[in-house]
Amino acid sequence: MLWAGILTASAACYMLKLAGVSLPERWLRDARIQRTIPLLPVALLAALIATLTFSTGHRLVLDVRAAALAVAALAVLLRAPFLVVVSAAAATAALLRLL
Amino acid sequence: MSPAHRGIVRDALGIGIASGAYALSFGAISTTAGLTLLQTVALSLLMFTGASQFAMVGLIGAGGSVWAGAATAALLGTRNALYGMRLSSLLGNRGLKRALAADFVLDETTAMAIARDSAPESRFAFWATGISVFTLWNLGTLIGALATHALPDPKVLGFDAAPPAAFLALLAPRLRAREPIAIALGAGLIALVCLPFVPAGIPLLIVAALVVLLGFRSLPAPRGGRPAREAGPPGGESH
Repeated sequence: MLWAGILTASAACYMLKLAGVSLPERWLRDARIQRTIPLLPVALLAALIATLTFSTGHRLVLDVRAAALAVAALAVLLRAPFLVVVSAAAATAALLRLL
Repeated sequence: MSPAHRGIVRDALGIGIASGAYALSFGAISTTAGLTLLQTVALSLLMFTGASQFAMVGLIGAGGSVWAGAATAALLGTRNALYGMRLSSLLGNRGLKRALAADFVLDETTAMAIARDSAPESRFAFWATGISVFTLWNLGTLIGALATHALPDPKVLGFDAAPPAAFLALLAPRLRAREPIAIALGAGLIALVCLPFVPAGIPLLIVAALVVLLGFRSLPAPRGGRPAREAGPPGGESH
């Protein structure tokens, strides 16, 4: 099941890249497409942050992940590199769980 | 090699090293989410687009369905189609070469290619960055996954709590105007409001559908006569 999902999603991501370099340019030049596609990652990344931080299953929860996200936000504001942002968040969660 | 080409190679290596470090955290997060070494490595080799990979393993790690993860990964991959469109006339390749070039269409390669003055330099920058990022991204994934696999309980490092940090680092460069900030806040709120009532992963698809509706509604007349911007990678520091 996991493999089927990995292979399907990988194929879909590759086909999107290939479509971009292959399809007639006017299809993707459409103003609505030009406007919508850049908004998708903004909305999806924000929704991923919210749901993966503040929920477990179908319940809304507040736990160490919120603290990890706050530390990540601080690291982003300080323009820390990606690995530092992610590691600081992981370390925050790990340390708080030890308490 | 000309000085211009040497400069491009240096930049391409720098971007490759940065994405290799980013891939270390992908390897760690994917392994902690419960994917096997082979599945983690396969994602970087085959999917090869960072935000989509993080979304897939983040949702699997949170106990969501594999298919919700796959759908979200594909939706996050749509921006690569726009990048590909911008690069197609430049690359102008046919057949096998274009099929290979397509795999390298990323935030990083697009940013490097469109920043050059001449078409030959753009092409060189595209391929140099693509090869550098592909190599170091996969190497970083392997090392991150192997290191995490060696632990008796990977969760002790806290990487199961790290996916939101990865998403925040990818989101931040896109929040340079009022509209994306409003959309990000609205999307996060709507996803949380839906979450208790719908199957796992569906809040993301609801948010995506709403964004498409928002984007496809009749366009307002451009205010202040600003020309419509073309979609480009935000700073080229994510893929």
